[in-house]
Amino acid sequence: MPNRVLFRGVRLVDPASGHDAITDVLIEDEQVMAVGNGTTAAKAHVVDGGGGLIMAPGLVDLHAHLREPGFEHKETIETGARAAAAGGYTAVCAMPNTEPVADNAAVVMEVRNLADKAGLCGVLPAGAITRGLAGEALTDIAEMWEAGVRLFTDDHNCVQSSRVMRLALEYARAFDVVISQHAQDAALTEGWQIHEGYYSALLGLTGAPAEAESIVVGRDIALARLTGGRLHITHTSAALSVEQIRSAKTRGLRVTADVTPHHLSLLDEDLVSYDTYLRVNPPLRSAEDRQALREGAADGTLDAVATDHAPHAAEDKDQEFDQAPPGTTGLETALAVVLTELVGPGLISLSDAVARMSTRPAEILGLGEHGGPIAPGRPANLVVFDPEADWVVGERPFHSMARNSAFTGRKLRGRVIHTMLLGTFTVREGEPTR
Amino acid sequence: MIKHLLSITQLSREDVGRILDTAESFREVGTRVIKKVPALRGRTVVNLFYENSTRTRISFELAAKRLSADVINFSTSGSSVSKGESLKDTALTLQAMGADAIVIRHSSSGAPYTLSHWVSASVLNAGDGTHEHPTQALLDLFTIREHFPSFEGLRLAIVGDIRHSRVARSLTFGMAKMGGEVTLVGPPTLIPPEATAWGAGVSHDLDAVLPKLDVCYMLRVQRERQRQQFFPSVREYSRLWGLSRTRVDALPDTAVIMHPGPMNRGVEIASDVADLPRAVITDQVTNGIAVRMSLLYLMLGVDRA
Repeated sequence: MPNRVLFRGVRLVDPASGHDAITDVLIEDEQVMAVGNGTTAAKAHVVDGGGGLIMAPGLVDLHAHLREPGFEHKETIETGARAAAAGGYTAVCAMPNTEPVADNAAVVMEVRNLADKAGLCGVLPAGAITRGLAGEALTDIAEMWEAGVRLFTDDHNCVQSSRVMRLALEYARAFDVVISQHAQDAALTEGWQIHEGYYSALLGLTGAPAEAESIVVGRDIALARLTGGRLHITHTSAALSVEQIRSAKTRGLRVTADVTPHHLSLLDEDLVSYDTYLRVNPPLRSAEDRQALREGAADGTLDAVATDHAPHAAEDKDQEFDQAPPGTTGLETALAVVLTELVGPGLISLSDAVARMSTRPAEILGLGEHGGPIAPGRPANLVVFDPEADWVVGERPFHSMARNSAFTGRKLRGRVIHTMLLGTFTVREGEPTR
Repeated sequence: MIKHLLSITQLSREDVGRILDTAESFREVGTRVIKKVPALRGRTVVNLFYENSTRTRISFELAAKRLSADVINFSTSGSSVSKGESLKDTALTLQAMGADAIVIRHSSSGAPYTLSHWVSASVLNAGDGTHEHPTQALLDLFTIREHFPSFEGLRLAIVGDIRHSRVARSLTFGMAKMGGEVTLVGPPTLIPPEATAWGAGVSHDLDAVLPKLDVCYMLRVQRERQRQQFFPSVREYSRLWGLSRTRVDALPDTAVIMHPGPMNRGVEIASDVADLPRAVITDQVTNGIAVRMSLLYLMLGVDRA
């Protein structure tokens, strides 16, 4: 007896097929069976969208820290996957800065096994570019590729050596995988605490200039040109970087980029109370930078919105500003932030928002099962959300182990109601199913 | 009066006036044989010093003692902090012991802000990282007021490492608030370009600035900054931005010289300049006690006893 779920009267926003209209969607077991008004099915569990709920392909995150193995006091793969599902995600790319580092196939397989056991969200481990994230010797990229890795990064340890970065981009071409860079010149950002500008000077905090990012972005684009490799710039934060990426794309280089919800919405000036939850890496920047990021997200220069979900234990963040580690959680707020800050004010269409949060990141990772289209025969990976539901961040407990959300106390509009991974509800009526 | 003193920007012009006026009367207490008044009897003031600063700690300690408060000095070496206790747990402990005021010196900018979220005691910033040092600025304003009838239009230059100076930030904001004209002087590497938005002028030419000054305020230059290459050598720094005997002659006769201490004699200030009658550096120290008495009294004693 097949398991059938009929979503009736949902607005299906599916950039991969260009669909944007109210319709019915029938799921049978792991697959989408039918899309169209008046779809009926015997013995189907019916979910009534009432015309107001939106269905989209399950969200895909290019950048999340799930912390396991090694930092299970901050997050585990299970709690991270639950937070992801609660935020509407069906796939997340887990960063390799764990202990041990995901710089070999054994750690990668361990992450995959733990994710399979949790069963709440697809977890695609990212592999390190260099051994131990030390920036010197390349990892066994092929071995990790065989273990399913599609994105390599030394996140938080920007690859400083031009030669190593060149070789990584060049070598990775053999497997057509992405080299993702956290662009940050180390010498220009020694001891940094926040964005360098008026507020760093006022608050007496050591600044990281936006140029420290753009210098590396410029270098890496030149190296992408030299090597023909696939370069991805993650959590882009500076206006100049957006310009450089736009120009690289115009020249036909294989360059993609993402931006976080917090860089799209918050500013350095929000740090005047030294709130450690707002200490992130790269730092929140100026209004001018944020404007450029918004324009980049709108015109597609920035392909994806990625969370950089960075959970920390309470005692990590309850410290002096310079001692608190950077990072904000993001999986449970990303969709609502994008809806509230970008879609609501009309800066980006709903369809483009879904493209940035699902379709494009799935393409970048080569995840055929995710990102849509939602069409008969396709895997049923999807999210249903209420775009009108208001909520205040932190009022209800997080599903992540961590509470360090930069959006704590902010009112957001848009709430995930259901998430479905391969036809199984991972979130139902707003609550994770396991 | 404000509950916490975290930044001088919290104070209105009237607040500053009231603090300085009250300090005036407390200054007299320091000239008596028995230098003590009972204003804060039974109140507890904790000096929580995460950074060594003998002069600021002693000044606060004397201020509290002259007001008859119970004073506890909590320094980080040899305490629970050296055993790895967090600021939060230390704060909760002091809270549980019934501290009425916590005076905090910390190497992290913003630490007093963080502390103020965790305790019901009044928090006084005694210098946080490279952010602010509001009581220093108030004692400087007090000292300036002893020599000039009004702050309005008064011309002050702060010379040295503006970028890393909590004294420079607080004094600039304080003087600007009181109607003075501040010029920040030093090498471009040590003056954040955004400083012009603080309501101050910026110059890199000390000699051009000197003839127009009422107050020449020299900052301590740490040799560490030379190692970080903010300037090429101490010798070059001293030649361009040090206050030499010759440079003093370029100052108007009425101008005074100030320094928050401790001084690097021979680096930012020539030794004989520091000892001139117009160098009011020891007055600053004396006034520091009176101003801190005034603050503790106004924040703890008047309405909240």
